[in-house]
Order: sequence, then structure tokens, then C-alpha cells
Amino acid sequence: MEHKAYKSVNKSVRKKDAMQLLTGKPVYTDDITPPGALVVKLLRSPHANAIIEEIDTSIARKVPGVVDVYTWEDVPKNRFAIAGQTYPEPSPYDRLILDRHVRFSGDAVAIIAAETEKAALKAMKLVKVRYQVLDAVLDFHTAKDNPVLVHPEEDWYPPCPVGGDNRRNLVASETEARGDVDAVMAGCDVVLERTYHTRAFNQAMMETFRTYTALDRYGRLHVVSSTQIVFHTRRILSNALGIPKSRIRVEKPRIGGGFGAKQSAVCEVYPAFVTLKTGRPAKLIYTREESQIAGSPRHEMEIRVRIGASKEGRIRALDLYTLSNTGAYGEHGPTTVGLSGHKSIPLYTGSLEAFRFAYDVVYTNHQSAGAYRGYGATQGIFAVESIVNELAAKLDMDPTVLRDMNMVREGMVMPAYYNEPNNACALDKCMQHCRELFGWEEKYPVRDLGNGKVRAAGVAMAMQGSCISNVDVGSATVKLSEDGTYNLLIGAADMGTGCDTILAQMVAECMDCDVDDVAVFGADTDASPYDSGSYASSTTYITGKAVEKACADLKKTICTIAAEMLDCTRDEVVFASDHVRSAATGKTVSLQDIAYRAQVGNTHPAEATATHSSPVSPPPYMVGMVEIELDKLTGQVTVLDYAAVVDCGIPINPALARIQTEGGLVQGIGHTLMENVTYDENGKPIESSFMQYKLPTRLETGRLRVEFEHSYEPTGPFGAKSIGEIVINTPAPAIAHAIYRATGVWHSELPITPEKIAMSLADPQQ
Amino acid sequence: MIPKINPFCYNREKKSENLRKGALLMITIQKYIRAQSLEEAYTLNQSRRNRIVGGMLWLKMGRGSINTAIDLCDLNLAGVEETEDAFRIGAMTTLRELEKHPALNAYTCGAVRDAVKDIVGVQFRSMATVGGSLWSRFGFSDVLTVFMAMDAYVELYKGGVVPLEQFAQMKADRDILVRLIVKKTPGRFVYTAMRNQRTDFPVIACALSEMGGEYRAVIGARPARAMIVRDAQGLLAGGVNAGKAAAFARYVSDSAPTGSNTRAGAAYRSHLIRVLVERSMHELGGVL
Amino acid sequence: MEIRIRLNGRVVVDSIDPDCLLIDFVRKHGCLSVKRGCETANCGLCTVLMDGAPILSCSMLAARADGHRIDTLEGLQEEAAGFVAFIADQGADQCGFCNPGFVMNTIALLRENPDPTDDEIRAYLAGNLCRCSGYEGQLRGIRNYLNSRNGQGGSHGA
Repeated sequence: MEHKAYKSVNKSVRKKDAMQLLTGKPVYTDDITPPGALVVKLLRSPHANAIIEEIDTSIARKVPGVVDVYTWEDVPKNRFAIAGQTYPEPSPYDRLILDRHVRFSGDAVAIIAAETEKAALKAMKLVKVRYQVLDAVLDFHTAKDNPVLVHPEEDWYPPCPVGGDNRRNLVASETEARGDVDAVMAGCDVVLERTYHTRAFNQAMMETFRTYTALDRYGRLHVVSSTQIVFHTRRILSNALGIPKSRIRVEKPRIGGGFGAKQSAVCEVYPAFVTLKTGRPAKLIYTREESQIAGSPRHEMEIRVRIGASKEGRIRALDLYTLSNTGAYGEHGPTTVGLSGHKSIPLYTGSLEAFRFAYDVVYTNHQSAGAYRGYGATQGIFAVESIVNELAAKLDMDPTVLRDMNMVREGMVMPAYYNEPNNACALDKCMQHCRELFGWEEKYPVRDLGNGKVRAAGVAMAMQGSCISNVDVGSATVKLSEDGTYNLLIGAADMGTGCDTILAQMVAECMDCDVDDVAVFGADTDASPYDSGSYASSTTYITGKAVEKACADLKKTICTIAAEMLDCTRDEVVFASDHVRSAATGKTVSLQDIAYRAQVGNTHPAEATATHSSPVSPPPYMVGMVEIELDKLTGQVTVLDYAAVVDCGIPINPALARIQTEGGLVQGIGHTLMENVTYDENGKPIESSFMQYKLPTRLETGRLRVEFEHSYEPTGPFGAKSIGEIVINTPAPAIAHAIYRATGVWHSELPITPEKIAMSLADPQQ
Repeated sequence: MIPKINPFCYNREKKSENLRKGALLMITIQKYIRAQSLEEAYTLNQSRRNRIVGGMLWLKMGRGSINTAIDLCDLNLAGVEETEDAFRIGAMTTLRELEKHPALNAYTCGAVRDAVKDIVGVQFRSMATVGGSLWSRFGFSDVLTVFMAMDAYVELYKGGVVPLEQFAQMKADRDILVRLIVKKTPGRFVYTAMRNQRTDFPVIACALSEMGGEYRAVIGARPARAMIVRDAQGLLAGGVNAGKAAAFARYVSDSAPTGSNTRAGAAYRSHLIRVLVERSMHELGGVL
Repeated sequence: MEIRIRLNGRVVVDSIDPDCLLIDFVRKHGCLSVKRGCETANCGLCTVLMDGAPILSCSMLAARADGHRIDTLEGLQEEAAGFVAFIADQGADQCGFCNPGFVMNTIALLRENPDPTDDEIRAYLAGNLCRCSGYEGQLRGIRNYLNSRNGQGGSHGA
């Protein structure tokens, strides 16, 4: 661990936009775009799988105020993917802007552009559609090799070989192994096999999907969108609309939450198409219902795990098979599934002799899944951590001691994690620290309160990554202004997480200035340096490193200019915060004077752009422990206390890291106990509003206690790893564990509702 | 005040629902009138295309088109009036006012507060009205459930004063609910409900009362409309003990039909009725 | 139809459709702090004060607000400034989209109950959803504000 004292990083600096946000200033897409744009609405399919036999828009077009109504016949025929991923995308090109074949209840059928919302909605009712309703694939267990094909089209195109085959409803398929799993299992004293099921949870960010489009003063398509991925969105629009990227500009204002939902270009293509057709500004704002039924939620997964251990508790083998439901389109399907094994199995590197990880990702006629915080790791960790807890029960061992024996530790090479070295890992310390913080010794024993109420505790570990290794690219431009302050330009997207502030803290640390002296701009494809975007937990780790590099380069330029002013060479001067000094003469020039000099007869750009990518993706680690009170008669679970200790390397902004953790825990609590995603027999989603899809309120979070154990990641900026995603991973297995402790029943399907708990205990005689 | 939505019954929704995904306001309103008298409101309300506006919360989520929205807000129907022998609660009184009313909560042993405090949030309860809540006769209604445990009546503009229990069975017509009358018959009241999430609709709502030796268990969110179960078999006669409380709870559970919807199944609901009634019996006090 | 609303202290007269919702009315009149988060009266993002009481502007007909006083965060900047800085210090603003509704309801809470306990804060704000913060940072911010105002350490921790 690094003990270096920092001035600006590792400090709880207030977010740069905090007071603007808290005082309600207009900073979001719908606030900053001018009125008068065409209102764009989408007619959506009521059927889970259907062919549009006939669509008549003639009456709808006559509604006063309606500008146009577009159908599948009007749109380009280029298939594309809306997943925000680096080219060539692992996600198949399986979409059209509008397709004659609609593949889920809620799929877009027609685009309506009108002067007012009322006119658009009136027209929506008047579009006459005759559907040929097809059988639908609604159970993902039956999807593979089902005679009903979700994507029978000839032009289905996978840019990457990921084992997919649209003729089998298969988006991706793979098996990897190390060692002879079956042989090791055969030699194990204890082998457990269990199957776990997680739902297509919705990100439910408070700001729904929304995009404004207009032609700019050069006649280019200007897109203002609530997105995590400005550059990928530009490429997606270029693919979908068939226009060059030079004719598209994408920018994001403040974003009202993303959590991965906005790592797909869910709604951008529709208003963009309208603007290209009409030449007029257009705006599409998804209702909550649309966000719930036609967004980009988590991949539903079923994970079969086998674990083999010695009777002393040495975990010797893990065998995972994941079946992932990508829904009607393949966004993020081939990649999310990988994390279910790659971010769960390595937790037990300590003792593992062999592992196998296989998966299938299938199409169904459900809402298309996408990227959601945790990105497959959450599902895999629920499975693996649950079976490890069950193993501990089977072996009659304390589950934290079992983990002490088997967990991955610093310095190990992780075969199940692309053989990456575990350079920085305080997982062992997190466990010890969390035991003390939580009071494991006193809370782990089950306590009966009488009247059917029981208190019990559970535990889980987690890991994630800090980027997509060898893929993600982050860039930063740092510019010196004439008063000696700086501008930081980025292409990463602050979606509320605080990355604008965190990266500014890094500039301040590097340039030895105040955080207030760094203005941040992002993100805009015209003005920002290239960044793959804010996802995969990568912004602090990847873009942060680019900031560090850019600052180093800028310092050199500042010294070059200063050296000219001091009549010496660059090697002879020293950069010192607000001035540059000649080492030999002691003469100084102020940063302000250097900045002014940079604007007069100067040939050295007083700015620097740097780009970074990483061959490794160092995992952050954490331990979560939960105490619940469970009412055995009603099945109600009350979270009393959640203690979490996180190793995210050196936290650049501890206050924001803490809030990230608390927010992730509460999302995880919601998925575990109350958020549900179900479909009726016709494939219509039921939890289509906040009346039905119940997010946790502040009455059900319990006491959250978050602390940190520091490791120092040598490849990260200032020793940092990531924090954004890992924090959602522990609640499901930890709470399921506590429920087992309270009731003696293991629950392997989320959410674990009061009904499931009570009915698992109810005396059938009564 | 009957919006055409039942959050529990998805399948009954019209096929055309999918045409409205992009709509922020599901209904349309051609005209808005603040009635200046109950007679004016009543006359307007005789047209099937017109609708009385309560708190607007459910109405807004309904579907279809309203010709005239009739607002009763000018008719001095907001507020709880306490007389010597009753609470007279105007139809436009908000749930928040009920929650905060000291005398009403003193009389009901806090049952009214307990019944409304988990309904969505303070803002929602500052809008939702007693009249709207009762008139809709929703199965999930905490409000209907709690007041049915009391000696309560509704005053209808044309229909006169009707016992709440009877009103709960009536089909919605074109009359107007003017006020709720809760008689101060001495009694004890307990309200409990089970919710999957703290501010969600109840999975089972249970109001228990004892007035002059008569016990009532009111079970709502079955998910059908609340119903009263009385101790018809005299299970509680001659002093209540734990065994009798349990027997009564079982009896109530057997007497109140339950059904399944997305929030819970019938068997769990029946199980919950037994648990909540038994616990409420103990909370009510007097169990030996 | 024509309505008159005292919006943030200024009388606004406008002609509206009978089904115009208050949220759309106030946004049209420049109060862009008021956000829509759902269509089902569940999220609290659109909270405004009507005659001082917190209500959901997404479920209020502008017509019904005719003749009433409506306050949005635009009109209560000073009152908000007192405590929101404490929330900023926690980093609990996060994406910010729920902040105006949350701040408005906190104003209503503190007017009604100037010295609430943590449980009273949670109960009053239960109708304000936040998906980012996990709520604890918001609570810490309010608690720190109350403690600093009362010139004391935490005496109300629940």
C-alpha cells in the first residue's frame, strides 16, 4: 500500500456540478434543447412475435399537426447493433430502424413526427396495422434450436466470431476450461450442484431515455442525447442511417443516471431519422413505461454451478454453465455472459485446481437486454457465492473462514481471469475488516426474537474489472488558459458518478493546482478526444491514466515555453505549481506569464492530448455482510445492517466512492427482495411502470456502513482501480445466505419475495 | 371517480393499450368545471362521458376520453368535522389530513394513520382524497378496509346515508359521495397490512375491531374488495384467550376468499390473513 | 380555458387545455427544475408546493391549481441553499435528476417539522425515489445540516 500524501486526489471533493443539480438548474437534455422541436412518438407492437402484413398510415398522416409517419418501408435496410461497444462489436448486427418483423411486445412499428404530443398520440391511434401473429419464444430454456426463429433473416451479421448462429436462436456459445474438472471433482470429498436464476432487472435510472436532434449550421446532424457513449452513438447512427460520421455530431449534457442502460443507443436513431427526413429539430422522450418495456435491462441468466471441495474446505474445482437470455436483439449478449464466469471463478484462485466455464446466449421474444452495472458478474457471483455459502453449511464451517482458506490473494496469477496477475488485492483485509466492522462473531449466530421473528446474517465476496483490457481507450486533453487555469476535455461521460470531478482532481494533483482551477468539458464528438465511453468501470482507471499522461505532456510544453522565456533549455527548468523556475539561476516565470506568452508568437501548443489503454483489467474486490430480521410467518425480510468493505485501490474521491457503494448496495437489495420482471402468457411485460416495478425506498435500505481497504494498483492512476460496478454484486448472495440462516431454506431464484419465504416454511397442515 | 384501471388486473386492459405507450397522460379531458353546487355536479355527472375528479391520481392513469371533468373543490368538502358523536369527513379531505388528525387517530387507536401512512408518499397522500379512495372501491384500498372496521357510513348526494359495508358492495352509479361519517361508537381498532415493498399496494390488508363486544375482521386486497368477517360462530365468546384468537384467525382466513395476481398467490394470502388476524387480536388487547 | 396561478410569487395568466397537467404548465413557464420520472405518481420527482403542501405536479390538473399558489425550486433557492450544500458535501447529489423533487419535499418536511428524527426524515421522504445514492448520503447531508444549525453533534441519530 502506498502512503503518499496527496493534495487533491484521495480527497472528498464536492462534485463540480453538485450545486447546479441540487438547486434544480436546467442541465438535462429536455431542459437545454429549444422548444418547437417535432415530437417523436413510436407506435409499438402489442405482439411478442409478428410480421407486419399491412400498415396504413394514410389516416394518421391527415391528423392536423402530424408531419409524417414512417414505417419499415421508409427506413434504410442496413442492419446494425445499438450496443455501445468498440468496433468490431461482439454484438450481432440484427436491427433495422423499423423492421417488418417485430420481435417483442413493445418493438417499434412506426415513427410518428408531429408538432405536438397530442397530435402524435392521436395519429398513433389511427395507424392501421394488420399483423401476422407468430408463435413466440417466451421461455429461454427452449430457445436454442427452437423451430421458431427470432432472427430468421438472411442478412443477420455478427461482426465478431462469438459462436452465434441465428438459425439456432444462438447469439454466442463458448466453452473454456483449465485442468480436468471432472477428474478433480471425482476426487473431491464434497460436490454440490445447484442452479440459480436471476431476472432481467431494470436500471430504472430516474431520467428515461431521451434524444434531441437537429441540423446544425453546416447542415450536419447534431444529436443531444442522454448517453454514456457519444462516440459509439455516432458510429451506430452512421451505420443505421448510412451517412458518414463527419456529418454527425453527438454530445451529452448532464445525464439523469445510466447504470449501463445508456451504454446502448436505445432511442437515438428515431429522432435522428426524423430530422434527416424533415430537416427539422426532433425530440423523443421515452415514458417510464417505454423505458421499462423497450429499454436495455439486465440479461436474465440461469447458472448451473458444480463445486468440489475437500472435507477440510479446500475448494478444488468449479464448473459453471450459464444460459443467458438476450431477448429479441443481441446487444451485449456475447459479452455480459462472459463475466458470469470470468468475474466469479477467479475469486477462488487460491485453491482451485480446475475449472470449466461454458455458456449459451439465446434469443427470445422478450425485451432486448443490454448493459447493467455488474454486467454478468452480478449473476455469476450470486451463483458462485451462494454455492460457497451452502458448501460452508455442508462442511459446518464459518463461511468467512472457508473464504479465508480459498480466496484469491495479492501476487497470484488468475487462470480463470485471462492469466492476469493480481497486482493489488486487499480482499483478505476486506474480509477481516468487514468481520470487525459488522460484528460477525455476534451477528452470525441466529437469534430468535419470538413471535416468529428471527435475526440472522449472511456474507458474500465480489470482484469486477477496471476496464475491458486491450480494448477500451480513454483520452484527455488538458489546456492551459492565460490566467494559469486549465481546461480538461474528455469523451467519457459523467452520468452522475462524478467522473468530471474525479478527473479534475487528477489534473489538480498533477499540475499542483486547485480542483476549482480545472474546468471540465465532456462529452462531444466534435470537441472531445476519443474515448470509448463510460462503461466497464473504466473511466477512473483508463481515462484517469490518460489524464495523468496528458498532464505530464503539458508540463513539458509549459517548461519548453518557460525555458525560452528564461533563456535556458527545458532540462534546466522545474515546473512548480504556479511558476516555472530555472534550477541554475533561481529565476522564475509565473504560470500566468507563460500562458500569455503561449498566445504570442508561440509555436508550442499549450495543451496536450494523451490516450491510454490497458493490457490488464485489475479487479476491485469487496466483502459484504448483511444482518436481516425475518418474519417467518409473513416472510418479510427487513435489512437491518449492511456492512461493506471495498478495495478499489486508492479511492480518488472517498465520498463519491462511498456513495457509489451505498447506491450499488441498495440496487442489489432491490433486485434481491422486491424488483421482479415477469411476462404474461402472451409475452407482454407486467412490471411496466413504477407502480408494478418496485424500487427500494429509503424505508427499506437498513443501515449501510461502507469502509475501504486500500491496495495500490501500479497500472492505475494514483493507484486507483474501479468502483462503479462491483458494488452491486454482494447483496443477492449475502441476503440469500442470511435468509437460509434464518429459515434453513436456500433460495436460488431472484427476487426472494415474502411469499416465497413464507410458503417455503408454511405448515401444509395449517 | 372511477378510473378505468385496476393495477391488479393486467389482462383486462384493452388491446389498444399498446398504442398508448408513448403517452404521459392516458386520458384526455375536453372540459373542466368547478361545480358550484352538488346539484350542478350531480347533473353534470349523469352523462357517462363526464367524470368527477377526486385526487386525480388514479383518474390520470385511466384510459379513454372524458368530456367534462367535474371538480368538487369549491364545495367545502375538504376537512374533518368532529361532532359530539361522529367524525364527518368531507369527500375532498386528503389522506394526509386523516393521517395527521389527532382526534380521529385518538379515537381509532392510530388505526387510520397506520392504514394510510404507507400509501406511496406524503405528496401522494396530500392529493388522494377520501371520496376518491372510497368511491373507487378498489380491492387494494387501505382506506376502505380500515373504515369498514368502524361504525362508518357514507353520505351520498341522492342515495342518502348508507352503511359503508353496504356501500362497498354497491356497484358504482352516477351518484356523488359527499362525506364519510364515522360514528364514535366506543371500540378498539388495529390496522396491519403486508406489502412486498414498503410503499406498495398491500398484499393483504387487515383491519380488526371490537365495538361493544362485537369483533370484526376486515380483509382487503384479497385481492378483491374488502369484506367484513364477523364472529358468527361465537369463537370469541366468553373472554378471548390465545387459543380463541387463533381459532378466530383461522375462521377469518377460511371465510375470506382469496385470489392470485402478480403480487401474491391465493394460498399465501390466506396464510397471511391467519397470521395478521391472530397478531392483530393480540395487539387489540384483552387476550388472556 | 384561462387560469391564474401565483407561480413563485409571480402571477401567471395563461390559456390552457383542460387536461394540461401542472408539471407541463410550470415547465412551460420556465420552471425546468420540475422533472417527470414516471407516469404513475410513484417517484416524487415532480414535487412542487401547492399552497405550501407538497404535491405531485404530474397528477395535478393545471386547471385545479387555478387561483392557488405554486412554488417550485426556482422560487425557493434561498431556502434550499441552507441545506443542499450539506448534501453536496456527501456527494449525494449524484445524477441530480431526483434532486429538485427531493429538495422540495425536504423543504416541506422542515417547514412542518423543523427538527425531525432520522426515522421521521425517512418516512416523510419515502415517496421520493433515488436510484443513485442509496439514500444514506442524502440522510447524512440533512442530518449534518440540522446538527450544524442546532450547533451540536448528532443527537437525533435513529
